[in-house]
Amino acid sequence: MSVDTKWTYDENYVREYSQNRGEPEWLTEQRVTAIRLADELNLPKPEKTNIKTWNFTEFKHEPGELSAIDSVDELHEDVQKLIDRSTEEQNLIVFRDGKPIYRTGSDHLQEQGVLFLDIETAAREHSDLLKKYFMGSAVDVDEHRLTALHVALLNGGIFIYVPKNVTVESPLQTIYWQDDPEMGLFNHVIIAAEDNSEVTYLENYASFNREQSAAANIISEVYVGQNAKVSYGAVDHFEKGVTTYVNRRGRVERDGYLEWALGQMNEGNTVSDNTTVLQGDGSKADTKAVSIGRGDQSQNFWTDIIHYGKNSVGHILTHGVMKDHASSIFNGVTEIKHGGTKADGQQTERVLMLSERARGDANPILLIDEDDVTAGHAASVGRVDPMQMFYMMSRGISRTEAERLIIHGFLAPVVNELPIQAVKERLTEVIERKVY
Amino acid sequence: MAGSTLKIQDLHVEIDGSEIIKGLDLEINGGEIHAIMGPNGTGKSTLASAIMGHPRYDITQGSVYLDGKDVLEMEVDERAHAGMFLAMQYPSEISGVTNSDFMRSAINSGREEGDEISLMKFIKKMDSKMDELEIDQSFSQRYLNEGFSGGEKKRNEILQLLMLEPRIAILDEIDSGLDIDALKVVSKGINSIKSPDFGCLIITHYQRLLNYITPDKVHVMMQGRVVKSGGAELAQRLEDEGYDWIKEELGIEDEKVGEQA
Ligand SMILES: Nc1ncnc2c1ncn2[C@@H]1O[C@H](COP(=O)(O)OP(=O)(O)O)[C@@H](O)[C@H]1O
Ligand SMILES: [Mg+2]
Repeated sequence: MSVDTKWTYDENYVREYSQNRGEPEWLTEQRVTAIRLADELNLPKPEKTNIKTWNFTEFKHEPGELSAIDSVDELHEDVQKLIDRSTEEQNLIVFRDGKPIYRTGSDHLQEQGVLFLDIETAAREHSDLLKKYFMGSAVDVDEHRLTALHVALLNGGIFIYVPKNVTVESPLQTIYWQDDPEMGLFNHVIIAAEDNSEVTYLENYASFNREQSAAANIISEVYVGQNAKVSYGAVDHFEKGVTTYVNRRGRVERDGYLEWALGQMNEGNTVSDNTTVLQGDGSKADTKAVSIGRGDQSQNFWTDIIHYGKNSVGHILTHGVMKDHASSIFNGVTEIKHGGTKADGQQTERVLMLSERARGDANPILLIDEDDVTAGHAASVGRVDPMQMFYMMSRGISRTEAERLIIHGFLAPVVNELPIQAVKERLTEVIERKVY
Repeated sequence: MAGSTLKIQDLHVEIDGSEIIKGLDLEINGGEIHAIMGPNGTGKSTLASAIMGHPRYDITQGSVYLDGKDVLEMEVDERAHAGMFLAMQYPSEISGVTNSDFMRSAINSGREEGDEISLMKFIKKMDSKMDELEIDQSFSQRYLNEGFSGGEKKRNEILQLLMLEPRIAILDEIDSGLDIDALKVVSKGINSIKSPDFGCLIITHYQRLLNYITPDKVHVMMQGRVVKSGGAELAQRLEDEGYDWIKEELGIEDEKVGEQA
């Protein structure tokens, strides 16, 4: 690796950092190995997007003194808006610069044996269980420099464990709030849903400072056991200065079901990898993602479902809106491996262009090694239909309002999937703000 | 206040450089129901769309005035605010936008800020109009025209008409694709807003709708012009005898636009 910036993170640093956090030795060793790998490995090479000059390496790694708060009222007002205060039964952890500062949760979770813990605590108190899943079969530390950096510098995240046959009734929600504008977030999410279990998880990434530059490096691992069901919702909204690498991976066993609803609304440059492996027979994944590109931001989305299981079903729906000079590449990938007979892989990518100067590419990729399957794709890049516009305006609706309705309608397939009303409203607001 | 007057004079309309409407005059007053009849391809939809401001049509000559105001100078939404309405032959489908959200935006667009219709009032009105048109309540939460049958789309156009209460409405082939029961329901809806303040232009190529809605005037359109006008009896004669006698009378070989050359 060519070091073109001051790089202060070395083996000694990560070892000491890990020990200060009271981490088990296996984790310390993984960090040390990872920082060595980070030196050797290259950046990933996302299709059609050059990320070589993006800032993945300049940030603050440790936050200043942060103390826990007792009430939601002490949070940033935009963070407060993410919280649904109308319900009593609420399982929520708010992170500020990687540290958990606020939590509410029902005792019921504990009685059920469900773990919903920040990753630092999980490492200390449930080391063996965490080790079983951390950087497990869904993702490898040595995929490229960013996966390695992630492990080496991990500084926040959540561990969710749902035992066999347990259904978690109300959603588990996290808010990852970057408060210090220079803070780098190396956030790790693990959801382990054992056989026949069910859980809904919803996360929000947020920052509010538009100027300073920082990086976010996020990995999620979702393990869906046999006949288990996981619904994973996300709203990403980092401000302009934050360069994001986000990698959300899932692995689904026999008859399991993984549902993704991703609102990818970052304002800064973003590389996103969302890959689901349908390992077991009869496993299913449903991926829905929306994004808006504006200003001069550049984004690259890789949305992939890999079928190994017979009769596995994978559906991808991606909708993107492009404004200003923004550029986004949407890669939709359906892979059906040998043995995945009777698999069904479908994908749709739609891009709505609101500006002549924006770029939006929809690339459907089908890699099919098996004959006896059904696979299909649809991709389109288009503008607002003048007939739709005429129709709406003929009812008195102004051009601006008509366009607004059309855009919200275009993004509705994902917005409507989000499980928490407050977050749905928040995403709608973010969309509103990004488009006008 | 008495009804509005829509006055069309010497209208010429082109699409992609070819002239479809070739000099058309028509005046519709509040309280009147006009029907334009004519075989397919004679320019009826072109006329309706051009009056409402469809972006693909160029008006090369003539004028359209509503109560003395120049309609052709107005944006499409301004025409609606001025009191005009067009029920389209092929309404657009808009995914992700519910009928109800759409209707509420449309109603509020014609009101001042701060004077928006209350949600309760809106729901009540929409429910009662849907009942009137025998539309299922679930309709309001469906996406605008998406996956609607032909008949459902037509009913939705009439629902919008009843909700928006325009002063001048143009209904383009509102009867096509409707079975007899639906036709009766739709006609009932249209008749329910008949008043001295409401003027209506019904475009159709069948006479059967006019069994339920009696027109004051009937115009026959061919080759992009009104070639004959009369009263309700003209529609009856067209039903009985077809269009050939008019063609003979006027020496028209081909009634369609642009194909007579
Ligand atoms: N989009 C178009 N492009 C070119 N010609 C058109 C287009 N739409 C209509 N026309 C021409 O205008 C004629 C009249 O069409 P239209 O107004 O739809 O007739 P009607 O409603 O009476 O059936 C058509 O026969 C066709 O020749
Ligand atoms: Mg027509």
